[in-house]
Amino acid sequence: MGSRASTLLREEEIEEIKKETGFSHSQITRLYSRFTSLDKGENGTLSREDFQRIPELAINPLGDRIINAFFPEGEDQVNFKGFMRTLAHFRPIEDNEKNKNPPATEPLNSRTNKLLFAFRLYDLDRDDKISRDELLQVLRMMVGVNISDDQLGSIADRTIQEADTNGDSCISFQEFIKVLEKVDVEQKMSIRFLH
Amino acid sequence: MEAKLAPATGGRCCTCWRELTAGFHVYHKITIWVPESCLLISIGLIVGAIMHSVHEEPPAVLSSNVFFLYMLPPIVLDSGYFMPTRLFFENVGTVLWFAVVGTLWNSIGIGVSLFAICHIEAFGVQDINLQENLLFAAIISAVDPVAVLNVFEDISVNEQLYIVVFGECLFSDAVTVVLYSMFTFVAEMEVVEPEDVFLGVARFFVVGLGGMGFGVLFGFVAAFTTRFTSKVREIEPLLIFMFSYLAYLVAELFAISSIMAIVCCALTMKYYVEENVSQRSSTTIRHVVKMLGSISETLIFFFLGVVTITTEHEWNWGYILFTLLFTFLWRGLGVLVLTLIINPFRTIPFNMKDQFGLAYGGLRGAISFALAFTLPDSIGRKQLFITATIAVILFTVFLQGISIRPLIELINVRRTNRDVETINVEIHSRLMEHTMAGIEDLCGQWSHFYWKDKFMKFNNRILRRILIRDSRAESSIVALYKKLELQNAMEILDTVSGDISAAPSLVSLQGEKKESTTPKKTFMAEDLKNMHDLLSKNMYKIRQRTVAFTSKHALPNDNQPREILIRRHANIRRSLRHGSFQSTIPRSQKYFSLPTGQNLGSKYSSVRRRYADDHETMSEVAYPTRRSRFNQPKRSSSGAMMPLHMLETLKEVPSTDVLNESQSESFSKDHGKPQTGSSYSDSRFPTHRRHFNPPFDNNNGSADDLRNEDEAEEEQRRRHRGALRPPPSWAAEPRDDALRNPLLRRPQWNPKK
Repeated sequence: MGSRASTLLREEEIEEIKKETGFSHSQITRLYSRFTSLDKGENGTLSREDFQRIPELAINPLGDRIINAFFPEGEDQVNFKGFMRTLAHFRPIEDNEKNKNPPATEPLNSRTNKLLFAFRLYDLDRDDKISRDELLQVLRMMVGVNISDDQLGSIADRTIQEADTNGDSCISFQEFIKVLEKVDVEQKMSIRFLH
Repeated sequence: MEAKLAPATGGRCCTCWRELTAGFHVYHKITIWVPESCLLISIGLIVGAIMHSVHEEPPAVLSSNVFFLYMLPPIVLDSGYFMPTRLFFENVGTVLWFAVVGTLWNSIGIGVSLFAICHIEAFGVQDINLQENLLFAAIISAVDPVAVLNVFEDISVNEQLYIVVFGECLFSDAVTVVLYSMFTFVAEMEVVEPEDVFLGVARFFVVGLGGMGFGVLFGFVAAFTTRFTSKVREIEPLLIFMFSYLAYLVAELFAISSIMAIVCCALTMKYYVEENVSQRSSTTIRHVVKMLGSISETLIFFFLGVVTITTEHEWNWGYILFTLLFTFLWRGLGVLVLTLIINPFRTIPFNMKDQFGLAYGGLRGAISFALAFTLPDSIGRKQLFITATIAVILFTVFLQGISIRPLIELINVRRTNRDVETINVEIHSRLMEHTMAGIEDLCGQWSHFYWKDKFMKFNNRILRRILIRDSRAESSIVALYKKLELQNAMEILDTVSGDISAAPSLVSLQGEKKESTTPKKTFMAEDLKNMHDLLSKNMYKIRQRTVAFTSKHALPNDNQPREILIRRHANIRRSLRHGSFQSTIPRSQKYFSLPTGQNLGSKYSSVRRRYADDHETMSEVAYPTRRSRFNQPKRSSSGAMMPLHMLETLKEVPSTDVLNESQSESFSKDHGKPQTGSSYSDSRFPTHRRHFNPPFDNNNGSADDLRNEDEAEEEQRRRHRGALRPPPSWAAEPRDDALRNPLLRRPQWNPKK
């Protein structure tokens, strides 16, 4: 596994990805072998179908949206760099990183970027606002059959009411950040990547 | 002493008290606080008390034969068959480590310490030698997880802990039985030579591994046999039971671990068998396996209760108290030490809470009792052992069983007071949790991934070819169609006040945009509380595969995935329907799961278009007749896989007969030939299969149920297409549209690759 994968992934690429995302060498190779095993067409990129083959994603209520988050706007294929770039959002924030001087560009796994990822799961049309309809869509996806439209509607209304500070009945990204300020996003949206 | 079974009293007792247990389940509150094993034993105690008061002999006595030949196999088969395989294999190292080494540790530790205290004169048990102590220790080392799993089910304990407890119980039974026979043999010998010990150890490994090998062999044979049973559906369940039991018996014959054999047999054959047999057979098998397991287990607990009251006990304070003490001590120590050693090898190490759960969850149960009861009479202190075993079981089951839930809840960090949390936080947190679960699945976060991948390749290339039938008979389609659960699911779609797939319809979407902002509503505190309740009750739980399998007396529940899948299908259908009406709406609005700018005109267009057609034809809606639509692939790719997924299961269910029947009414299809239904299916399926074998790579336990559901769903849609009978719950669109609709004519399908 290790050797075969590394020969296809050049050292320079690994270094690039390492710099950009902060993953370690072994993590990158491990994720690369996962990438190749998902890539049935063996052309170095993943398509949506490749993702949808994972059965657990099919029964994840937000499966489709999560998959879409991997694909940049308007594209149908994602290469390994893009794959890693998206996964980098979920790297845990390490303590030593917090103490170092903040890097020039914000790291991909900063709190703001994690929140942006979540925000984009709602905001399909990328207008930087979560409208009531977008909220309703996601709510409906997450909720079972026993809630009527009216009830869901009032939940959505309440949600917007709580968050909306500038009165446009949409949740902007800043309002989103504000409403989640007490939540430990760093811990909630991180997974331990295996070495 | 082997009394004959008194059928009348015995039978009557069994049935009526089994109904009582069922009654307990109805009154859910009891089972929250009191684990089921407690209840069973209590009932046994009551019955025993009644019998004792009328001076009647207990109705039946367990003999060694009855227990090992008739009562143990169903219990073990039940555990093995419903073991979540993917989870199990991820953790197989840990499970075996705890089961084998842990049980050995416990037995030897308890045995030796008991032998040590036997020397104390005050207790008057000097006559028990080391072998007998070891034998007794082996008996009470067998853990029974029933109570623990009941508790775990409601506290959403993490999967790792769950599978370790579950697996440990299963295999510790096997280890205990092996040790038991080994020590029985040794206990009867007067003098033990060192070579005997060495032989014993070697024998242990031979027995264990041999059992596994046998089990796997029989599993493959069973799977192979089911490949040919397409004409004789009715005996499929019989075959499964027969082969499992045969594995058990043959292993017994060769004096190797029969429990291991039957467990491995069940594990191996389940995957292939579930694909080969008809839907009905599959349901039958599961129900019967569960039923037999439940009966066996409850019978044993029942006897435990009865025997407690009615037999002569030999009580020895010192011995019994020390036994209890050592049981706890060694279990706690064992868990600590073993976890220390195995944690570095685990991808997700156990923390202290997990270890506490493991240690405290070591309840003893049915197997210990039965083994003690069937000790050979040559053991001088047999009665003492029985009493001690009963004491340990009662103590652990009642005390630990009832207290484990409060303790675990205490240890788990409680969520913050929900009324303080805002709705926002609740919703967004759940969103984040789902996302993380999805990403974890995406990354394939388990070790041994390499081996799993290799095995899957081997599986697909070789095993599946041999063991799985190529084509299935049509009767399964009829069975599928009548599948009650599917109809229930459809009823859900129908009866719920809001449509399950109701994101706001496109029309209203447009309408809302034009509307002026709605007046702000004010929400009372009570409304808030209601909302919190609603959300917490109804939001889908994060993928918790364990929940589906935890209840020992219930079948796996897969409502949540089914709902999600149904909704996705409905969404896709709806988005297509709306797409045909209003092509001016930006695409983002059409596909409820997709972002804007979705370029669907990629190289997958041909494939997608194909499935677009599938869905449309399956829908009951009449489409406007615009063929041009098909030139632009407009299908959301998110949906593309779903039909792919479904149809690939269809490859095993060629609906030749159904389509033949419906042929006269059915649409004309493509592939350039005048399409009869059957030729359609024929031409479709083989190409399908070639293309879509790979997706099965990741198909495993959790998706198995889904595939069956998908299959059934797909079948139902096909039936609708054929318009043989009024669809149970779809809107009543004129079915004839299907015929006249030129949309249903498909463009040429170019198989991918």
